[in-house]
Amino acid sequence: MIGFGFIILSICCVLCLYRVAKGPTPADRTVAIDILGIIVVGFCVLLSLKTGKDFYINVGLAWALLSFIGTIALSKFLEGRGFDE
Amino acid sequence: MKVIISNIFLLIGLIFNLLGCIGLVRLPDVYNRLQASTKCVTLGTCSILLSSMIYGGVLVGTKSFLCAIFILITAPTAAHALSRASHIAGIKLCKGSVCDKLEERKKNEEA
Repeated sequence: MIGFGFIILSICCVLCLYRVAKGPTPADRTVAIDILGIIVVGFCVLLSLKTGKDFYINVGLAWALLSFIGTIALSKFLEGRGFDE
Repeated sequence: MKVIISNIFLLIGLIFNLLGCIGLVRLPDVYNRLQASTKCVTLGTCSILLSSMIYGGVLVGTKSFLCAIFILITAPTAAHALSRASHIAGIKLCKGSVCDKLEERKKNEEA
């Protein structure tokens, strides 16, 4: 079951990276980066369940914090830049 | 019994994550993509954390609970800031949109 979970989450990461590569506007890329950060937290939790070591959950907690800060910073950058034509 | 319940929550979380990412690829607009993927992926990851909470011991359970609370607080905040920023940055809605309350409010404030 956990191996199946690794496969599914890898497919999710590939779909997010496809949106990062193709997204027409910068906001699309920012959305995909945000979603990718949340999925990596799930990946860390699955890694902790697989190996039985609990420090992977600490990695996931720190990753969630950094992903949130990064998304807020990118959205402030988008807001101040102004794409008016 | 514990393993069966944990696996059921894990399966629910994986299905929600996969559907959220398919929504991220398939939908036509920034705002549609944002609402589909944020809600589905938040619920899916919290379900995976709940599965870890059931399966693991006290220490792993406490850390997973903290992580789930943190994700439940921060993911909607980030999505709200991002959608507001992309509306201010002038990104258009897709063709079939019927309602744009923020644009109407801006026009009312100008008038």
